[in-house]
Amino acid sequence: MQLPPALCARLAAGPGVAEPLPVERDPAAGAAPFRFVARPVRFPREHEFFEDGDVQRHLYLQDVLMQVADAPEKPRVPAFACQVAGCCQVFDALDDYEHHYHTLHGNVCSFCKRAFPSGHLLDAHILEWHDSLFQILSERQDMYQCLVEGCTEKFKTSRDRKDHLVRMHLYPVDFRFDKPKKSRSPASAEVPGDSGERSEGEAMEICSEPVAASPAPAGERRTYSHRSVSKLFLKHVLNVCSVLRILGCTWAAALLILNSER
Amino acid sequence: MWSRRQGRLRPTVCGVEELRRRRREQEAALRKARREQQLVSKRLLREDAPEEAGEGCVAVILGEAEVQQFLRQAQRGAEEKEREGALVSLRRGLQHPETQQTFIQLEGSMRTLVGLLTSNQALLQLEAARCLHELSHSEQSTIAEACLPATSYLLTYLSGYSSDFIELCLYTLGNLIVESEAVRRQLLPQGIVPALAACIQSPHVAVLEALGYALSQLLQAKEAPEKIIPPASASSSILASTLPQHMLQMLQPGPKLNPGVAVEFAWCLHYIICSQVGNPLLIGHGALSTLGLLLLDLAGAVQRTEDVGLELLACPVLRCLSNLLTEAAVETVGGQMQLRDERVVAALFILLQFFFQKQPSLLPEGLWLLNNLTANSPSFCTSLLSLDLIEPLLQLLPVSNVVSIMVLTVLCNVAEKGPAYCQRLWPGPLLPALLHTLAFSDTEVVGQSLELLHLLFLYQPEAVQVFLQQSGLQALERHQEEAQLQDRVYALQQTALQG
Repeated sequence: MQLPPALCARLAAGPGVAEPLPVERDPAAGAAPFRFVARPVRFPREHEFFEDGDVQRHLYLQDVLMQVADAPEKPRVPAFACQVAGCCQVFDALDDYEHHYHTLHGNVCSFCKRAFPSGHLLDAHILEWHDSLFQILSERQDMYQCLVEGCTEKFKTSRDRKDHLVRMHLYPVDFRFDKPKKSRSPASAEVPGDSGERSEGEAMEICSEPVAASPAPAGERRTYSHRSVSKLFLKHVLNVCSVLRILGCTWAAALLILNSER
Repeated sequence: MWSRRQGRLRPTVCGVEELRRRRREQEAALRKARREQQLVSKRLLREDAPEEAGEGCVAVILGEAEVQQFLRQAQRGAEEKEREGALVSLRRGLQHPETQQTFIQLEGSMRTLVGLLTSNQALLQLEAARCLHELSHSEQSTIAEACLPATSYLLTYLSGYSSDFIELCLYTLGNLIVESEAVRRQLLPQGIVPALAACIQSPHVAVLEALGYALSQLLQAKEAPEKIIPPASASSSILASTLPQHMLQMLQPGPKLNPGVAVEFAWCLHYIICSQVGNPLLIGHGALSTLGLLLLDLAGAVQRTEDVGLELLACPVLRCLSNLLTEAAVETVGGQMQLRDERVVAALFILLQFFFQKQPSLLPEGLWLLNNLTANSPSFCTSLLSLDLIEPLLQLLPVSNVVSIMVLTVLCNVAEKGPAYCQRLWPGPLLPALLHTLAFSDTEVVGQSLELLHLLFLYQPEAVQVFLQQSGLQALERHQEEAQLQDRVYALQQTALQG
């Protein structure tokens, strides 16, 4: 199939619309027995017209077309240790380290050292486990947010939320990232294997190596990966409260006002 | 994707003939599956250690006792290396269907695996995910469905940060999605659509490609046009999410365009568009102009002979454009078609030439777009003439009957616009080509030729004389007994004799 040489030049040149030649139809054009009508055609999903292209697509998916073989070996580096305080893991491949870091140190609660798979779950955890204001507010209104991204439902208790997760979202009853809070004490002596866990203590909770000594109070350990949502919240509340105290309002009234702002 | 694939090419053990034979078998099986509307394909990510590569990688069949032992070691082994090693051995075993059966029949095995998947040991997590991935690849529903307890975790991990792990989760999800409606009925309420919408903002190319794959599997589902795509299906709706805008972003040409990612999202778009449930919305997001620019980009890539696997992307782009052009919404912007740039026609012909040489089975799809571009557009018809594209078009006539019919249809699109157009069609190669197609035996091809002749005689009467001189009447006579053609043959004979 030979293309005119000027075609490539046309493609390279700027956009343009051809000035159309005048259209002038004779009614005899569509007169019987002739039946041609110019019309755009559409093909639905399962039309056989798509067979060849679909087959090519699936050959590709099945890797026949490109003959995908094994992945190249991970590049190895001289062994190095994880830099996070208290973690003694050693690695000889950067990919392994990256995954370790994100799993174990990426979304870690600065209060109780539990690790979470995402920032979203970490935020929910901090609010629900470590924020006393959350507890107070939750007595007045539904504060327990559904864990499924995109679902805006809120619930009075963590139990109600779990029921919702199981019934509406078909989550497993023992979903590991929705443990109800057991006690109010900070988890300095957390034992793996909370009650109800059937697998041998493998929940995403504490660092695999014991943390030597907490070098500073949790509030000062602000690295980018440790969130402390409630600190900002608390500061905001304190600002409002000091203003209100000046105005002679009570603590409860201050909370009501704050609540309505949310 | 392209370079990654090329980096993975290895010398094959079997001969070229053997490969061709396998490929033909595979293709035949896929065609059969498609005709039965059972076309399902799964993607397998497999990373074997290099020392195995030379030995043919035969999967090991593990017995029940061995599976149990590996699971126990993985859970309770003293050393981390030992635990990881146990899972690696399990994973190799799971490459074999028999081991997969053994595994799922063993009580508590999936629970243990899920426990390892959610453990705090990163490498154990990864290996557990790989085991799950092997299982998800099974052709047997029971095995894939045995992975259901893990799905809420796979979805949770999509909002994590480890790109390799997310990629693995996505491919596993994609394999499970395509398995059965039962699986999708669980994944949709679990929030797979919002999870994908959040994950699509990842900067990692491998993650995006995997996401595109998973999404394309979801969109290919039979119930997708009613339950997954339309905006009314609330939280599980694709069109109501931010996914369409992101998909179109992945298709914008430029330095950031990644072919592997673009292929997946182009197929996603195709499944949405050919379902015909929300196309005006897509047009509103600029789908036509994005796809048009992408077409130009593809033609440019062909010219630079960067054509490795280009047809994989070209095919869905052509389909999307063609189907979108049939929407009424196309006409709304200022009363004109949104897609008007003449370069689209030039690009299309460059692609047609490419298909002609490399993948003739895609010629009909390219010509389909040409039909939809020219049917109601005097401007595009004029472009065909002014860019001298009639002759190249005629060169496609001998390829196949389907192609002939489409070429003739496009020519009719041009001719029916009146004398100004037909004047440019004659004299030239058109009449000889028509005389040639009249000699075909296929009724539809001949029928379309007759339609074109009629238009040519009507708007360019001088052509009649030449037709007669070139034994046109004899060519017509051949078909005067054919039921579908008789009337038209007779009418043309009359015109010719009177002319």
